[in-house]
Amino acid sequence: MTAIRLKLCASAFALCNGMAFAAEPYASTYQPIPAPPTLIEDAIILTGTGERLEGASILFDGGRIVAVGAGVTEALAERQQVEVIDAAGRWVTPGLIDVHSHLGVYPSPSVGAHSDGNEATDPATPRVWAEHSLWPQDPGFPRALAGGVTTLQVLPGSANLFGGRTVTVKNVPSTSYQGMKFPGAPQGLKMACGENPKRVYGKDRMVAPSTRMGNVAGYREQWAKTQKYIRDWAEYEAAVEEGDEDAKRPERDLGLDTLAAVLEGEILVHMHCYRADEMLLILDLAQEFGYSVSAFHHGVETYKIAAELADAGVCAAIWSDWWGFKLEAYDGIQENIALTDRPDGSCAIVHSDSSQLIQRLNVEAAKAMTRGRRLGLDIPAERAIRWITANPARSLGILEETGTLEPGKMADVVIWNRDPFSVYALADRVWIDGAAVHDRHDPALQPVTDFELGQQLEVSP
Amino acid sequence: MSRLHNTLRRLAAAAPAILALPLSAQTIFIDDATVHTLLQPGPMESADILIVDGVISAVDYGLEIPPDAQLIEAEGRPVTPGLFAGISSIGLEEVGLEASTVDDKLMFEEKPVADKLRPEFNVALAFNPDSTVVPITRIEGYSWTLLGAQRAGSIIGGQGRPAMLGGSYTSLIGDPVLFFDVGADAVDQSGGSRAAQWMLLSQALDEAGSAIEWTPYPLLTPAGRKALELFSGEASTAVTVFHVHRASDILQALAFAAEHELKPVISGASEAWKVADQLARAGVPVLLDPLINLPYDFDQIGARLDAAALLHEAGVTIGFINAGEATHNARALRYGAGVAVAHGLPWDAALAALTINPARMFGVDHHTGTIEAHQRANIVIWSGDPLEATSAADQVIINGRLDPMVSRQTLLRDRYFAPEGELPRAYEKP
Repeated sequence: MTAIRLKLCASAFALCNGMAFAAEPYASTYQPIPAPPTLIEDAIILTGTGERLEGASILFDGGRIVAVGAGVTEALAERQQVEVIDAAGRWVTPGLIDVHSHLGVYPSPSVGAHSDGNEATDPATPRVWAEHSLWPQDPGFPRALAGGVTTLQVLPGSANLFGGRTVTVKNVPSTSYQGMKFPGAPQGLKMACGENPKRVYGKDRMVAPSTRMGNVAGYREQWAKTQKYIRDWAEYEAAVEEGDEDAKRPERDLGLDTLAAVLEGEILVHMHCYRADEMLLILDLAQEFGYSVSAFHHGVETYKIAAELADAGVCAAIWSDWWGFKLEAYDGIQENIALTDRPDGSCAIVHSDSSQLIQRLNVEAAKAMTRGRRLGLDIPAERAIRWITANPARSLGILEETGTLEPGKMADVVIWNRDPFSVYALADRVWIDGAAVHDRHDPALQPVTDFELGQQLEVSP
Repeated sequence: MSRLHNTLRRLAAAAPAILALPLSAQTIFIDDATVHTLLQPGPMESADILIVDGVISAVDYGLEIPPDAQLIEAEGRPVTPGLFAGISSIGLEEVGLEASTVDDKLMFEEKPVADKLRPEFNVALAFNPDSTVVPITRIEGYSWTLLGAQRAGSIIGGQGRPAMLGGSYTSLIGDPVLFFDVGADAVDQSGGSRAAQWMLLSQALDEAGSAIEWTPYPLLTPAGRKALELFSGEASTAVTVFHVHRASDILQALAFAAEHELKPVISGASEAWKVADQLARAGVPVLLDPLINLPYDFDQIGARLDAAALLHEAGVTIGFINAGEATHNARALRYGAGVAVAHGLPWDAALAALTINPARMFGVDHHTGTIEAHQRANIVIWSGDPLEATSAADQVIINGRLDPMVSRQTLLRDRYFAPEGELPRAYEKP
């Protein structure tokens, strides 16, 4: 009983505090756009489960996938007024998922007023939430949509050891971020290793950390505080249970709410970490305090510890070829994704961290696949597609809902004009929850943000 | 003859295999290639290329293979000139955030604006061909780059120069290139208004020329006057790169260049497509990053993915550059060219924007940019379409030498790709 209450308290401290928060504060108001049942026929389908279907069909209805390949004919017989799309010669994949984006928090134009991604005033800010910075009018969202991205995680930056909570959104135009928020997706906690926190703080400000050992001490202090916080609340709850009317209620701490929810497994840790030795150190840290890391982000050296990461069940969200912009990125190689993907149980992810790369995650994956193949590794397209669909969904805790084309899942679907593992590939049409939200050939299905509206009026020469 | 030279001669006699065959003396024969010559009438199918002593000696069908040649069976694979790696700090920047390894910008803490205008600053003096970035870029099919100069927060960046990526201490080619930076980027250093940028540049050029004999508040040092003078005037062939995005600013740059007799190249150029006709009429080439399609600032509101296609269609000569990660990931430039093709640019024009066009812009087309007899042999044999994500450079030939295709990154890769041995990986030296 105590354990259950503790879990409740940790995951939603509002309940323990008797405050008027909903179970999900700042709840999603996202509503799928109503759409007719849709059948895509005669496509090459990469399901995201590792399968490739030739000349196959997919049917979705009510926002959900009804059937893929086998079973389509039967399901079709039960439906009327189905929109049918002939995809002969074209390819179909799950909607792409980017696990690392700063769209909305570092939006375009990147002027001073838009710098909302790093609360760089304190190395530990687990109290801040990226969603509270998110500007839904960032022109980067519709650009990413045109690249087939249907879901993305928006994170705080990496200035801080604890950067704050992340948010996972559906890439739909909306006046509010709540209208984009992926229903039921767990929040994440952004943490950062290495150079950034010690550079931002340290000697210039005379605030710890100024070294990597300072970084680790900073993490440990916060986790130790969190353990006490959880204990204090548990003791308080137990005292109330026993009828102690004088029991003193602990003071609520927004940052420790976040960290307690991590230790309770409610919030997933997304950790910015480049070097192999640091990632292994962080796995020990997680073990010390009893949590797990969902994904290391930017791990340019994950190829050195691919087996260890696979054993630990930790995903690696990495670039195809970025390197060298700082010393912890010096050992980057173009085969990183392919080598990280190699062990059984691995979870390699191609991520963007960029308003440009997010528009072409398929090309980034193609580059990585090519480097693996040139080493002699057998990486078919049906495997490589998982780096930008199923694997990021897994790391975000939403694989039950999206990331593959399977009956019952959200109908987040892309038709490509050709093999998506090509620099020339373009997304012809994109669906989110069964609704067409982008079409390359139909201006009526190309959203324009408020910011961009009226910016390109014709002028006389 | 000195004793040293005598010793060398004796050594040469004793070990001819090592000393009598300098690497530049290789004879290389590329058999059965699809050769993108970058010349009319276009690609040659099933053609052969003969390279002798660093120079292309013949490109033709059915050439005879010399007995001493190293033979490369291209089997129809595409062959192109070595690509242009954009404007970069390759050899000037080893690790971006480590100031001790970065030499591409001048950062004196001077307060008066005047002291920031140092056209005599020339980054080429700092070029280090031993940088790991050189082979990392070269083995991906890139033969040369334009070293760019930046003056932190100044409208005059200084001078750069084209550099070959062969790893030699004599890598610099062509003439120095001057860099101007106008628009939002440098507003802080021009009294808060971009209008003042033209005012200051005008004064600087007047000081460099004869228009002003003496001024109590000069913008330039005497060395600066001398340096800037080389770039203006009817007789000058030296190129000035204007880094500028906004359409109205590009037109100002054209007018300014005409007034001061500069030879301009417009770089950045996110909104150049809006004034494509004016650029075409003026015969001014444009360098752009084909991937820029977001309003990163208010100067780039009009950025779009078909900008390269629109410029080309209007008759503007274009070349490609990387706007971000221009040094360490210069090698990604060819994918951007592919994206431009997906958005309407003809494939041949995209390849030209990575080869012959920039070579002509900076007057180094006798070093690189085409495959033809008498041209320096800077050539790449590709596994497939050189703009495609699923292709890679199979073999690079630089200055007529077969590249060993090894970099620090391939060695790291091979160390960790190898099965784990009994000893730690530090003993694995591929």
